[in-house]
Amino acid sequence: MQKRTTEIAVGFFFLLGILAFAMLAMQVSGISKIYTLKEGYKITADFENIGGLKPRARVTIAGVAVGRVVAINYDPKDYVARVSIVIDNKVNNIPDDTSASILTSGLLGDNYIGLSPGFSEQFYKEGSHIPVENTSKAVVLEELVSKFLSSQASGLK
Amino acid sequence: MLSAIQSLGRSGIEFCDNAGKTTLFLMHALIARPQGLKSFRLLVPQLYMVGVLSMIIIIVSGLFIGMVLGLQGYTILVKFGAEQALGQLIALSMVRELGPVVGALLFAGRAGSAITAEIGLMKVTEQLSSMEMLGVDPLRRVIAPRFWAGQISLPVLTLIFTAVAIYGGYVVGVQWLGVDEGSFWANMRNSVDFREDIVNGIIKSLVFGTLVTWIAVYQGYTCPPTAEGIGKATTRTVVFSSLATLGMDFILTAIMFGGFN
Repeated sequence: MQKRTTEIAVGFFFLLGILAFAMLAMQVSGISKIYTLKEGYKITADFENIGGLKPRARVTIAGVAVGRVVAINYDPKDYVARVSIVIDNKVNNIPDDTSASILTSGLLGDNYIGLSPGFSEQFYKEGSHIPVENTSKAVVLEELVSKFLSSQASGLK
Repeated sequence: MLSAIQSLGRSGIEFCDNAGKTTLFLMHALIARPQGLKSFRLLVPQLYMVGVLSMIIIIVSGLFIGMVLGLQGYTILVKFGAEQALGQLIALSMVRELGPVVGALLFAGRAGSAITAEIGLMKVTEQLSSMEMLGVDPLRRVIAPRFWAGQISLPVLTLIFTAVAIYGGYVVGVQWLGVDEGSFWANMRNSVDFREDIVNGIIKSLVFGTLVTWIAVYQGYTCPPTAEGIGKATTRTVVFSSLATLGMDFILTAIMFGGFN
């Protein structure tokens, strides 16, 4: 009898551990939002300045996450940053004149890529490339501040 | 001068000697292979002693740590108008650091000292040597189940601790101080990553589990067979495993979150 109670108590202990794990995985980390990078197609985009963009940053259309940044490299030929993106296979109708911009979530939040779809009938597929003309660089706060300050200074004259 | 160098050399040799002995000891305990149902029957009571009985202290202290984090975080964040980030603050600090570390410290105090005292008393009353006389390997019969029980229990306890603490922070932040519930959870979910944060936290607690139970069983097995010896060995268990946990935590954090990769 004593043995049975012990085993039941240990069983409850493990059950509680599994419940805690499930709570951490679902409620705290929101595991469902993670994209499995395998089931997607890869495109690249050139940017003049990526600001604070990091690998694993999200890629959005109309604010909804549709992909992830997988790699960021420097292209020494054109002096631009080449960002590799994996897009969810379900989103397979992005026009090939779509423009990409690096945005910031909130005032001090993380950088992410926003895609604004164009009007072309051709769609992006594996290996497509967004040229630097179709991208806008990250907004660097210091540049904005210095622009604002110099415009204020010229207004004073 | 020469004697100073001599004592340095002696402590160096003693250190290597101890390190080798402890490693061999652990190896012996681990090589004592599980024998199916028989070793399972030995493991369950140890899981009860080490895991289930530690649950009360883990749950109560987890609740209070989460509540204190909620209060402290709120009073600071509200100055910047950023009290929505409270969930993020509580979840990240619990999952990455406080959960594994404080869990391991509590575990060392609650279960590690008990293991040392129990094995030490077995040694003083010569139960271990009589087992050897009967042809029963004390490493297999006494040490291995306790080691595995600690190794399995600490990660489970850490998970419970972290979950309870986040709930405690939720109670204080949302129910009491009035942080918006939706943004509390949404901010938490956006900033906590399953692989980066939760899996790394579990890896940390696995490492701490090895350290704490290893130190506990070794101190018990090698303690001098006197009443005073047991007392000293128990103290050493708590002190060494706390220090080892904190030191190892720095190394693990540097590897996991230090940005070397």
